[in-house]
Amino acid sequence: MPLAEKSFVLSATDPAPESEPSVTADVSTPTPAASDKASRLGLVLFVIYLLLYGGFVLLNAFQAETMDTIVFAGLNLAIVYGFALILVAIGMALIYGMKSVDEPEATEASE
Amino acid sequence: MIYEPSMTAVVVFFAFVGFTIGLSFYLGGKAKSSAGYFAAHGQIPWFINGIAFAGDYLSAASFLGICGMIAAYGYDGFLYSIGYLAGWIVALFVIAEPMKRLGKFTFADALDAKFDSKGIKAAAGISTLIVSVFYLIPQMVGAGVLIQPLLGFPHWVGVLLVGAVVITIVVTAGMVSTTWVQFLKGSLLVVFSAILVVMVLQQGFKVDNATFPSHSLSVSEFDRQAIAEAMNRELYEPSTWADNDQYLQFTREEGEGYDVFRADIQEGGSMIVSEAQSITTMANGETLIGGLPKGDQPGQGHLRPVGRIKKLPNEYIGQAETGPLGPLKFFDVLNRSTVVLWGNETLKNEDGSTTKVFYQKPTSGSQVLRPGEHPRFAGIRSDSWKGKFNFLSLMLALFCGTASLPHILIRYYTVKDAAAARKSTIVGITSIGFFYVLTLYLGLGAMTSGTLDVTNSNMAAPLLARGMSGLLFAIISAIAFTTVLGTVSGLILASSGAVAHDLLNGVMGMEFSENSQVRIAKLAAVVVGAIAIVLGILFRNLNVSYLVGWAFSIAASANLPALIMLLFWKRTTAQGIVASVIVGMFSSLGWILLSADTFEKVYGIDPLSSPVPFSQPGIVTIPLALLTLIIVSLITKNGKATAT
Repeated sequence: MPLAEKSFVLSATDPAPESEPSVTADVSTPTPAASDKASRLGLVLFVIYLLLYGGFVLLNAFQAETMDTIVFAGLNLAIVYGFALILVAIGMALIYGMKSVDEPEATEASE
Repeated sequence: MIYEPSMTAVVVFFAFVGFTIGLSFYLGGKAKSSAGYFAAHGQIPWFINGIAFAGDYLSAASFLGICGMIAAYGYDGFLYSIGYLAGWIVALFVIAEPMKRLGKFTFADALDAKFDSKGIKAAAGISTLIVSVFYLIPQMVGAGVLIQPLLGFPHWVGVLLVGAVVITIVVTAGMVSTTWVQFLKGSLLVVFSAILVVMVLQQGFKVDNATFPSHSLSVSEFDRQAIAEAMNRELYEPSTWADNDQYLQFTREEGEGYDVFRADIQEGGSMIVSEAQSITTMANGETLIGGLPKGDQPGQGHLRPVGRIKKLPNEYIGQAETGPLGPLKFFDVLNRSTVVLWGNETLKNEDGSTTKVFYQKPTSGSQVLRPGEHPRFAGIRSDSWKGKFNFLSLMLALFCGTASLPHILIRYYTVKDAAAARKSTIVGITSIGFFYVLTLYLGLGAMTSGTLDVTNSNMAAPLLARGMSGLLFAIISAIAFTTVLGTVSGLILASSGAVAHDLLNGVMGMEFSENSQVRIAKLAAVVVGAIAIVLGILFRNLNVSYLVGWAFSIAASANLPALIMLLFWKRTTAQGIVASVIVGMFSSLGWILLSADTFEKVYGIDPLSSPVPFSQPGIVTIPLALLTLIIVSLITKNGKATAT
């Protein structure tokens, strides 16, 4: 790790602003309100997805046999949950994309 | 013979390579400056960039590795599909827009945006190189694996060919040509995979118990002579495994060599004897298949393709096939069918040779469609906490790894602004997600279409295509090959940026003119490409999807905690970032090098002697890197520190 120990120079040209924390740390362009709202929506969707994904992983790890349960139409939970994770990700991405447009647009909340 | 070099495949492949190289030269003029070479002047349209994300991300591990794993074991490979896609949620909601705002050319730029610290540039540059090289090895190995059956060249020729083509693409027009190659590959891969899935569903399932027959005998113990008489066959003498009580060899009615059968004693005094396949490696290195030299001529032996349905559900009694199936009905029918998977066992022979026997494993469809059947995931169905932690660790690394892969992150600099970065990520998620849905159909289709090679699951998808049509096989093989080209181009570009822009210019303070920096970057691309070629040849026996999992673990441990904390925690300091990247990188790398998997598969030593409890490091090393960042940042307070 020779490079790890290298000393490094810090410049104070860009001190961290004392504003409320936002996703954008300190960036050159101020974020418009729309984008601020979008990032809040993004974080909400992210947390929802994290819970869904975490649920899937924990179920597999500690209750693997529940994955064999037939949920509907002859499909087991492993397939239904797995496909749902992929489709929900796509759905969330599309919702986020529609909501993030600067001019407010009517969007349907799917799911 | 499973593979015959296909002239159409050769023509399609070289047409594609010729086209991409031609395109690279045509676009060459656009990459004369650093901004052009590293970031295509930020002028790539967001939709093109989104599909290029898919082209960049869907590597050989996705197309070949995942489909192959599903074809060989069932659902478990799909866990990778789920994890790989879930990672994009982190990229979209947390990383995409800030990344675009903070950086310029490389991942190190973004990490260093607030600090202008040589330490950060060095740490991020080195982590980019390590992750990219780990990711490069399986791509190159995959290229060699593909070229053998496709064009009939030896493995090293494939690796060399891919290396040469990619270096040409990257050196001629940097990010501009790389983007277009990835766009082409991404769209072709998704479209043709979808066509293949439609064909799989149209074909439905067919029962085939004739190709590899099984016999139920009323013989209660392993007596060669009694079994031979019951089957009306003649024992092959001298038997290779005289003291083995599971495998028998019978003479063939026509020609030389022998047929191998495996006997499994059932409860109630009966026995199932089913046909197997064998490869013998002689002490002098010669390979025999069924006792005959490997080849396709008379007097030679070859392995036959496998992967069949043994029994369909009751409503299909008396029918040999289901006919076309809907996308959901496909799983329902498979769930109630019995498929034949293949296991293998290596037997040591008295004359110093070894024989690998591949035997049939009839498996219920419900078992194929559930997680925990692959040895890597078997832990989730045991009581061992190690197995469970290994699984959690891998899924965590996949989730956190995507948004920390340098070759993916640099794609954010090729569009004009944060909104375009967001839109292209959405296009990327949609196309990648759609592709991953297809992987389960492709893998299960290959498992049941009678086209698989027992020795090489990575070829499942191309071989499935061959079962459908020769032209489709040619196109899918060429696409599989360009899959490697697209991903390797991105990796080499990321590496050359790390060397020229981060390390030489940023850390060592070498001042270059625009033209010189591009020249240095191109030189670095050639060097990294050459290293990738050598490693691809050296590691030709490693499983393709294995190393990609490692690359994800290292990326997630080294890069993500620093990136997230930089965005969300005001008190992050330069020293905290450097410490976090270094600790994450070396702890995950060290853990992997000391893991039981590496002991067994890379060093060839006893996996039980491994000092680490489970093989996947993420669950330990990601929090460790995060904790390091917090502690060091608190110690060093805020970024107004002076040089140390």
